[in-house]
Amino acid sequence: MSALGVHGLTVDLGGRTVLTDVDLTVDKGELVGLVGPNGAGKTTLLRTLMGLLRPRAGQVVVADGPVRRGRAKLGYVPQRHEFAWDFPISVENVVMTGRTGMLGLFRRPGVTDWRAVAEAIDRVRMTDLRSRPVGELSGGQRQRVLLARALALQPSVLLLDEPFTGLDMPTQDMLSDLLRSLAREAHAVLTTTHDLPGALHTCDRLALLNRTVIAAGTPDQLRDEQLWMDTFGIGEHSPLLKILKAT
Amino acid sequence: MSPIDFLHDLVNPDLAFLPKALLVAMMSSIVCGVVGCYVVLRGMAFIGDAVAHAVFPGLAVAFVLSGNLILGGTLAGIATAILVAVFSQNRRLREDSVIGIFFVAAFALGIVVISRAPGYAGSLQQFLFGSLTGIPDEDLYVVGGTGILVLGLVFALHKEFVAITLDREMARAQGLRVFWLDIVLYVLVTLAVVISVQTIGNILVLALLVTPAATARLLTDRLAVMMLLAPVIGGLSALVGLYVSWSWDFPTGGTVVLVLTVAFLTVWVLAPRHGLLARRLRPAPGGPVEKADNTAMAG
Repeated sequence: MSALGVHGLTVDLGGRTVLTDVDLTVDKGELVGLVGPNGAGKTTLLRTLMGLLRPRAGQVVVADGPVRRGRAKLGYVPQRHEFAWDFPISVENVVMTGRTGMLGLFRRPGVTDWRAVAEAIDRVRMTDLRSRPVGELSGGQRQRVLLARALALQPSVLLLDEPFTGLDMPTQDMLSDLLRSLAREAHAVLTTTHDLPGALHTCDRLALLNRTVIAAGTPDQLRDEQLWMDTFGIGEHSPLLKILKAT
Repeated sequence: MSPIDFLHDLVNPDLAFLPKALLVAMMSSIVCGVVGCYVVLRGMAFIGDAVAHAVFPGLAVAFVLSGNLILGGTLAGIATAILVAVFSQNRRLREDSVIGIFFVAAFALGIVVISRAPGYAGSLQQFLFGSLTGIPDEDLYVVGGTGILVLGLVFALHKEFVAITLDREMARAQGLRVFWLDIVLYVLVTLAVVISVQTIGNILVLALLVTPAATARLLTDRLAVMMLLAPVIGGLSALVGLYVSWSWDFPTGGTVVLVLTVAFLTVWVLAPRHGLLARRLRPAPGGPVEKADNTAMAG
């Protein structure tokens, strides 16, 4: 049984069909990269998985039941620019906001909540900076704070939207190591990325998305250049294919 | 006039309106200071302005019908806030355009209504610019009660308000009812505005919402500290403003706002970490952040 299963998902956005008949599974312990060109529907897919968009058809199943907004234990790491970084708040308080919905109205965080927050911060190695205002953090640190906020929910499935964008190479490496080890610790991790060489190197499996899943499999299973040409709409002389051959 | 004379006037039974005005001004500044923190952090100063203008037709109707001003203002403000929230759901119009339409319309309605009232010029001026006199005793209780209600709700819903301010998308994904929380926040802003209108005035009340919170933001990077500092700054400015206004016979609302502005400018220059002087004197900014990143990654 997959930790995350997507079956025949079709999603309309503003009267247009953005995703058609998407099938995808992510297993426990697996890091899956979701790649595709701009406008392919990557963010739309993640938002639908989170229950933020209602699909026209199909189903999202997490571990043992269909997804309802705010109920399933899905950890979500949206793009960094969605967050108000100028807000006067410390790292640990941001991570605690990850549990707001779970706590419910009028309830204050208790010992269990603070313990989960401390573990999440420790997991992304930000313990030294836990009381620092988030406005003073670098891009890599900010990304780790958002990851910790998702982990504070102790989710079985992690969804990340473009976590690598705008980070330098060492920070990207650190983050992909972190995602790999999170997957090994029995999370199911699905991340979108534009960094194809990085994805080929790090991910256990890749899903090529352009309005639907064109192919999914291990990097070795996706050697066929035609799949990449179809997904990205590129010609046979594209540098992308040279990168593919090199890896 | 020395502060001692001011104290004498405060306890003088012939000037009973003065301590009442002081109490109302300080209570409303405190409430506005706390609520204003969300206004400043969410960048919704324009909504604060809109609500301040929108309460006007309610005040006008209540005035014409000799009803309760606070109740009238609250109803009008809430109606406008809900209209803005609902019309903003239409993606083709940006929220600021919707606000621009409704708050001016509400204000225009208020002017038309109040022109029907006898002695309209004087009361209009009182609404717009505030006044020390003419606060009925019962308003002390209404303002106090409303203030406690607003502060209580802010305390109860604090974690939700923080969550929707930080990251609306994530708040939605967690199942928070962002639309309703927005409406509650708008209503709290409305209530804070309404209780302040009498002493500070309809046009100047925005300063009570924005200036103390913005001043506090310059002084701290901790939300809790900011939400304590802002009402203190607001309350003290109301006290000093009332004293100055009483001593020199200046208009109250205007004086309080100018005192707040002086406080803001002083902090802007002198604030320990984010002030102009501190930034000038600090050697090469930017360094500490980079360094912190490297050590954290090594560790």
